[in-house]
Amino acid sequence: MFGFLLRRIAVLIPTFIGVSIIAFSFIRLLPGDPVALLSGERVMSPERHAQISAQLGLDRPLVVQYFDYLGGVLTGDFGSSIVSKKPILDQFWALFPATVELSFCAIVIAVALGIPAGVIAAIKRGSIFDQGLMGIALVGYSMPIFWWGLLLIILFSGTLQWFPVSGRISLMFFFPPVTGFMLIDSLLSGQKGAFASAISHLALPSIVLATIPLAVIARQTRSAMLEVLSEDYVRTARAKGLSPFRVVGIHALRNAMIPVITTIGLQIGVMLAGAILTETIFSWPGIGKWMVDSVFRRDYAVIQGGLLLIAAIIMFVNLIVDLLYGLINPRIRH
Amino acid sequence: MKYKLTLAAALLSATFFASGASAKTFVYCSEGSPEGFDPGIYTAGTTFDASAHPIYNRLLEFKSGTTQPEAGLAQSWEISADGTVYTFKLRPNVKFQTTDFFKPTRNLNADDVVFSIGRQIDEKNAWNKYISGATWEYADGMGFPKLIKSIEKVDDLTVKVTLNRPEAPFLANLAMPFASIVSKEYADSLDKAGKKEQLNQMPVGTGPFTFVGYQQDAVIRFKKNADFWGPAPKIDDLVFAITTDAAVRYQKLKAGECHLMPYPNAADVKAMKADPNLQVLEQEGLNVAYLAYNTTKAPFDKLEVRKALNKAINKKAIVDSVFQGMATPAVNPIPPTMWSYSKATQDDTYDLEAAKKMLADAGVKDLSMKVWAMPVSRPYMLNARRAAEIIQDDFAKIGVKVEIVSFEWAEYLQRSKDKNRDGAAIMGWTGDNGDPDNFLDTLLGCDAVGGNNRAQWCNKEFDALVKKAKVVSDLAERTKLYEEAQAIFKKDAPWATIDHSLSVVPMRKGVTGFTQSPLGDFTFEAVDIAQ
Repeated sequence: MFGFLLRRIAVLIPTFIGVSIIAFSFIRLLPGDPVALLSGERVMSPERHAQISAQLGLDRPLVVQYFDYLGGVLTGDFGSSIVSKKPILDQFWALFPATVELSFCAIVIAVALGIPAGVIAAIKRGSIFDQGLMGIALVGYSMPIFWWGLLLIILFSGTLQWFPVSGRISLMFFFPPVTGFMLIDSLLSGQKGAFASAISHLALPSIVLATIPLAVIARQTRSAMLEVLSEDYVRTARAKGLSPFRVVGIHALRNAMIPVITTIGLQIGVMLAGAILTETIFSWPGIGKWMVDSVFRRDYAVIQGGLLLIAAIIMFVNLIVDLLYGLINPRIRH
Repeated sequence: MKYKLTLAAALLSATFFASGASAKTFVYCSEGSPEGFDPGIYTAGTTFDASAHPIYNRLLEFKSGTTQPEAGLAQSWEISADGTVYTFKLRPNVKFQTTDFFKPTRNLNADDVVFSIGRQIDEKNAWNKYISGATWEYADGMGFPKLIKSIEKVDDLTVKVTLNRPEAPFLANLAMPFASIVSKEYADSLDKAGKKEQLNQMPVGTGPFTFVGYQQDAVIRFKKNADFWGPAPKIDDLVFAITTDAAVRYQKLKAGECHLMPYPNAADVKAMKADPNLQVLEQEGLNVAYLAYNTTKAPFDKLEVRKALNKAINKKAIVDSVFQGMATPAVNPIPPTMWSYSKATQDDTYDLEAAKKMLADAGVKDLSMKVWAMPVSRPYMLNARRAAEIIQDDFAKIGVKVEIVSFEWAEYLQRSKDKNRDGAAIMGWTGDNGDPDNFLDTLLGCDAVGGNNRAQWCNKEFDALVKKAKVVSDLAERTKLYEEAQAIFKKDAPWATIDHSLSVVPMRKGVTGFTQSPLGDFTFEAVDIAQ
């Protein structure tokens, strides 16, 4: 297992360097000058432009800029935002817990509902439940997140007023962040009602963000289960007289889980993409919204730093998924 | 389930309104995050609303609801006969805010003023680059480094500013957010502690509200400054709930999660006006949207062609379609709310037949042209693409074929100012300081050709008038000069003036004391809420 882990980590190093090159160069391929954008409609004099470019180090050859940047990254310095002038890492760590919290809740919803739904649909293949569920899954998969989020806000927040419209917690609660995770911090604050407020604020964005992964997981579970249920060993298990629960829950589900776990792992990346829209619509202060704003402002430092950090996290999640694979299926370790 | 959810909502969504029994908390659903809290190094109105206005003051302040500068931290001032020396008498006993992170030991004095302005204009000042990449865009844009010869402390409450030349808009410039006065004592303490960057993160000023905390991209909290030198704010706490999407801001306002919101979607305004729980304020904005011809390129170098095209644009259709009526057709390059606005100017009437004839008389046949449409929505032009389509349709009626082009915003800004630009570009401007110079010279002066002057129009007569108006201090004389300049502008038609948009501010019923600023600022020191 240790060798397997080392091999996986060895692959990550060139991947990380590749990502750093892509993150650094792609944003520079886009048209738009970050220095000119600093003054918006107010045109900057060429001398002033040159002065600021020099100050930000943007007048140097790209290769020099890249190695300077990489050197900084290796020593933990991701640079400072061109716009806000704040260190990238500080901003990232201030916002990242919000995205993790939202994504975690969304994936919990997606897994908790998606796997049982997929299993039941597979067992009751062809039934109204199966067809209905897969129909809903298809709708969920095709749902534009922005529209879906706004629809939920208008219905559940605007009209019915069951949930707050946006934000992470009611503004009546004010406590300094300890972990950055609002659910934990609200508990730690000891303020009455804070935790419930955090939960109620998390509900709608989590549902919106969970929608697509839920649909994907349900569909994947169904098809994996259908395949496994037709295997000989399942028939044997049934023939042995095992209860349907044991046949499905223990014999079939464990093998069906391999592609499902891969799917869940991949959904983490999809979720970060979805978080961009979800965070925007629910005013959720996470890294997705931060990155989008930075793209519009051509804030090179934030985009390249943010991309690199997100990529590192996705690589880490994939590593964990690979290890889980190995745990579930010992053959993969070899 | 329904019962549980409703109960939860009752408990939770009661939010601050229920808790406001002891303290008045005003919640503003702001449209974006501040870039930082030092107004000197930024240019965005969103940043100024969260920093310059609640936390700081300036030597002069714009009188509420106007663009007229009045006494701020400077109680009075004298200007030398040649208009180059300004002597400011500071207001005595002005206290800086006491916060958890700084306890001032002295009142505001001349050192603070010299420090606040000096750091922006002197590259050798130790605070000029106090954080990585700090630039003083506004001070630079207003020409301060070249304009200000020296800024000196005469005594504790007197500051002398010497200019290199007379500059009539100087007082208005000093009332702008970038010229906010920061505490030198606080800056020194940060320097000593090796935490200079904190000046931009944990601000201390003399304004009506004291900074409490900022949770990035989510919430900014302020509390009433008990030591404020002006009338005490009526609310105890001010909260900015950052909500970037206008539709979501509206839902929050409807649900009572905030008291006031900026920049609603034009399509929502009708419903807002009909909502019994809301009130909607409207005011003409200090802005203009225009179509700038490239007056150096044929056939737009011909006055008849520009005039003919101007006559073919149905501005009312643009106002109705793009702004749902929340704008007025523009006649002059400056908005009607600005002093010196010329009421004598006659707009080009919408007359397709006359336009056709003028084109034919100019010898222009089968004209094909490009109309540049901005890719972003701005207060002065919500949907440039739609406006361009209306213009395209209008021009087709007089036989002019239009190709609409657009670029990514940064690229658009860059390319549209090119002297060799092909066609006419939709662009606009929002005033900075309420001075006509900020429109007329900035956008149409000869110095701005190849820059802000996107019509590449250099009319010597016009330029001489606006340059003269810049150095004359008599308001009546300046007004006359600007009126003459507007007449020349209209006669020479470098732009088709399109619209001045209305600034619309929806808020909850029960909110009182809020005054719309023509400059688009959102300030809350006079705001109150019914409990």
